[in-house]
Amino acid sequence: MARARRLKFDWITIIIYLALVSIGWINIYSASYNETSAGFFDFSQTYFKQLIWIGLSLVLITFILALEAKFYERFSSVIYLVSLLSLLGLFVLGKNVNGATSWYFFGGFSIQPSEFAKAATALALAKFVSDIQTDLKEFKDQIKALILIFLPALIIIPQPDPGSALVYVALIFPLYREGLHYIYLLLGFIVAALFVTTLAIGVPWVTVGILIIAIFFYLKNKKRKPNIFKYGIIAAACIGFSVSVNFIFENVLEQRHRDRFNIVLGKEVDTKDIGYNTNQSEIAIGSGGWTGKGWLQGTQTKGKFVPEQDTDYIFSTVGEEWGFLGSLVVVLLFLFLIIRLLILAERQKSQFSRVYGYSVASIIFFHFFINIGMVSGLLPTIGIPLPFFSYGGSGLWGFTILLFIFIRLDASNYVNR
Amino acid sequence: MKKYLLLFIVIIFGIVIISRLFYLQVYDTSAQISSENNAVKKKFDFPQRGFIFDRNGKLLVSNQPSYDVMVIPKNAKPLKSKEKLEFCKLLKISEEEFDKKLEKAKKYSPRLPSVVVPQFTKEEYAYLSEKIWKYKGFYIQKRALREYHVDHSANVFGYIAEVNNSIIKKNPYYQMGDLIGKSGVEQEYEKILRGVKGVKYQQMDRFNRVIGPYKEGIYDTLPINGKDITLTIDATLQEYGKKLLVNKRGGIVALEPATGEILALITAPSYDPKLLVGRERSKNFTKLWYDTISRPLFDRVLQGEYPPGSPFKTLTGLIGLQEGIINTKETVVCNGSYNYGGKKPLKCHHSRPPLAIRGAIAKSCNSYFATVYRRSIEKYPTPQEGMDNWKHHLESFGLGNYMGYDLPPGKKGLIPSAKFYNRWYNYPKYKWYATATISNAIGQGEVILTPMQMVNFTVAIANRGWYYKPHIIKNIKGTDTIPSIYTKKYNTTINTKYFEPIIDGMLEAYSDGTASYLRIPDIEICGKTGTSENYTKIDGKRVQLTDHSIFIAFAPKDNPKIAIAVIVENGFWGSRWAGRIAGLMIEKYLKGEITRTDMEEYVLKGSLEEEYAKPLSGKPFKINY
Repeated sequence: MARARRLKFDWITIIIYLALVSIGWINIYSASYNETSAGFFDFSQTYFKQLIWIGLSLVLITFILALEAKFYERFSSVIYLVSLLSLLGLFVLGKNVNGATSWYFFGGFSIQPSEFAKAATALALAKFVSDIQTDLKEFKDQIKALILIFLPALIIIPQPDPGSALVYVALIFPLYREGLHYIYLLLGFIVAALFVTTLAIGVPWVTVGILIIAIFFYLKNKKRKPNIFKYGIIAAACIGFSVSVNFIFENVLEQRHRDRFNIVLGKEVDTKDIGYNTNQSEIAIGSGGWTGKGWLQGTQTKGKFVPEQDTDYIFSTVGEEWGFLGSLVVVLLFLFLIIRLLILAERQKSQFSRVYGYSVASIIFFHFFINIGMVSGLLPTIGIPLPFFSYGGSGLWGFTILLFIFIRLDASNYVNR
Repeated sequence: MKKYLLLFIVIIFGIVIISRLFYLQVYDTSAQISSENNAVKKKFDFPQRGFIFDRNGKLLVSNQPSYDVMVIPKNAKPLKSKEKLEFCKLLKISEEEFDKKLEKAKKYSPRLPSVVVPQFTKEEYAYLSEKIWKYKGFYIQKRALREYHVDHSANVFGYIAEVNNSIIKKNPYYQMGDLIGKSGVEQEYEKILRGVKGVKYQQMDRFNRVIGPYKEGIYDTLPINGKDITLTIDATLQEYGKKLLVNKRGGIVALEPATGEILALITAPSYDPKLLVGRERSKNFTKLWYDTISRPLFDRVLQGEYPPGSPFKTLTGLIGLQEGIINTKETVVCNGSYNYGGKKPLKCHHSRPPLAIRGAIAKSCNSYFATVYRRSIEKYPTPQEGMDNWKHHLESFGLGNYMGYDLPPGKKGLIPSAKFYNRWYNYPKYKWYATATISNAIGQGEVILTPMQMVNFTVAIANRGWYYKPHIIKNIKGTDTIPSIYTKKYNTTINTKYFEPIIDGMLEAYSDGTASYLRIPDIEICGKTGTSENYTKIDGKRVQLTDHSIFIAFAPKDNPKIAIAVIVENGFWGSRWAGRIAGLMIEKYLKGEITRTDMEEYVLKGSLEEEYAKPLSGKPFKINY
């Protein structure tokens, strides 16, 4: 007990966490509120179930914080393996909900293992990277790290749950922090940029753009006598990629996928079918104005115009009922949390803690950006929850575990000092 | 670099998100509007439309429930062929029609109600309501329609119909599907009759279903029922007048001289107001609309413009007396025609010893009034001044312009001015004189009046120089005033003392004049016959038709209770039809019963259909025969 007293938890993070969970619950209450319910203590109501999940999270937090920090490092491999097995098990025992086989059912409860797999993968990655023998400058280790990251993603994709799988891309950031060459990031960025611009403005303009940029850099570096072939090859590769993206988009992807992209790119104005979610969500957020319509006063929220309003689209309720100012508070809380996590990660003594902290920040950031980007119509529709906000026990617990393991690691870091 | 890249990205992306939210929520306000359209629907509560009563408190128009068979396509189960056959029989439509309606409803919205068959009557409803439960998704919805308790006065009531787009654009009160008064009293007193709709704001869900009141109903309003109105018309007179005009075309209009109240306003042919209610409405309306021969929608009293003929001589006489160019004693020689130097002398139907003004009215002497007219114009240095002065007098009787009664405005008629003749004769290149317009003296020529204008000058004569504007509103329930323009006295330009000789002449028309065989026992009627020449165009050629039979009268002579104008198109001479009808109407109103049953029989049996068929036959025909 004497040692435990010396543990110094980062209260800033904890307070932001509590704030997000509370605000989240208030909005779930509004989104799932209906005047016909039997009373507050109604087990069939979404908001009441979520309240139970939140209560249980506090128990879970106590448990996580009570364990030794070493436990997480030592058992990370086991946790990772168990997690992989639970994902694989879905193919046999999983239940299909809304077309995705991502759930186990135990009595009245359902568990979504992919929500827990994130923390497990982050632990395993931290363990691998912090291993004295691992050198991310070596190709072999790079491959190993990538396998570690994308194995769960590969299992999750065919469930199908591409949104959850996409999040694993976030784990490139801790690798970069630990020495992975920037070319991987740059490559990733170029691929993404080419992909979007090709779809938005078409192959001919992208080609023109690539050539202009290539010529610009060539002329800029002329004094150093650059290799003209190198520029030519890179430009050709980019153009080739653009062409193939176009080809894949038009011939390989299904129409529904194309639709999702086209809506975000503003190419198709479609408010009825596939664009319905995004359109309704934008209307709900937009109708909030500066200060919003007030709690439980959102007409769009009450009318349940936005589908999945208490889960993936919970932010539309924030936007409608609390307005721009309320949305700003939520966005800033997330940004503070992520930045705080990065600061904490940087001051970790052990590499394990640092990699893990970086992973946590990256995963939360990805969720945050993709979710709000989708809800506000910046990104295509990708089903992914807003951390601490969206309704769902697995999601809440998954993120709570993810976050509090790091808080535990961080707390013991001081002890070691 | 390695330490700060992610931090940098987080901040950049955070700014992107915040900018996007700012754009959506603050900068672009279009979403506010879409959200209202999305989620808040206005539901209207329709107030009861006001009832309409006659001057004696008899209910003329009320409301009746009508029953629409509605469907919510999503709830409707496909019907078996036998069921469908039975159901279609019940709804009185064919199976194809039924399928079409259902398809249309589905297209409109699977979740919202659509009308399958509108406007079943109470009796049909009783039968339907027993069976409708068998057909899931179908139900009966009540609506209010007008119910008419009389089969006449359609021209007075007007009708109500669904608003069209141009009305909605002009007046935001109305929504698609609302009813509005389209003519007659329904139109004139629309605002009073209709009341005010109540509004309920309802919160809708994404399936467009109502899930409760919006903001606990703080913006909701209750409907205010329309007010009942009492009209000045006498239903008994209306009905009787309609009967008298059967098989004739024309109009009867009667006023109460002391108030300007319209006692009767009958046009023929007309239609039963019930025809424009219910399921057959549009079919019936089309039929009436396209009847361009008898024109049942044309109100001959307000819209019909006729040369007034001899009744106009009363005005010529009054102007003459007022202008001082003749006195009550002076006689004018009549040789059976008045020769003014034109191609054709103005004929006169009587040839008797010279008459003074009283006898001239009673016997309707053309020569006398041609002389008076000519002197009235020629009193002034130029015919232009004379003409405009003459017109000024006539305008004081409410002639030559819209009269401002509370019914559709009808027509202006025409009292020609100097300007009118200047243009006509291309002045100053060609000059014109009083003689060129001499026909005006006897109500022919360029003068045209509506029957409403004729009765109005009759009222002015009966009152010896003043009148109230004719109006049809007697009382609006809950108020004790009528619009103030109907309680303002209008004086004519003629001195009161000049009316007596004219009135004496009109009385003499009955005792020893053109209306002598129209006398009604115990009632002192003053009247004036009129036989007005009229023309039509057949294949572009101007063709004269049988004269219109016209009559104006008021009774009793002193303290008159009723003034009347009657026109029977192509009825030949004035006393033949119009005079008889005027007498019968007066007797009916003053006595409540008819003693001149011989006259009544003549009118009721008489038909002018043959006369009306003549110009349409395509064959040569004789007139005034």
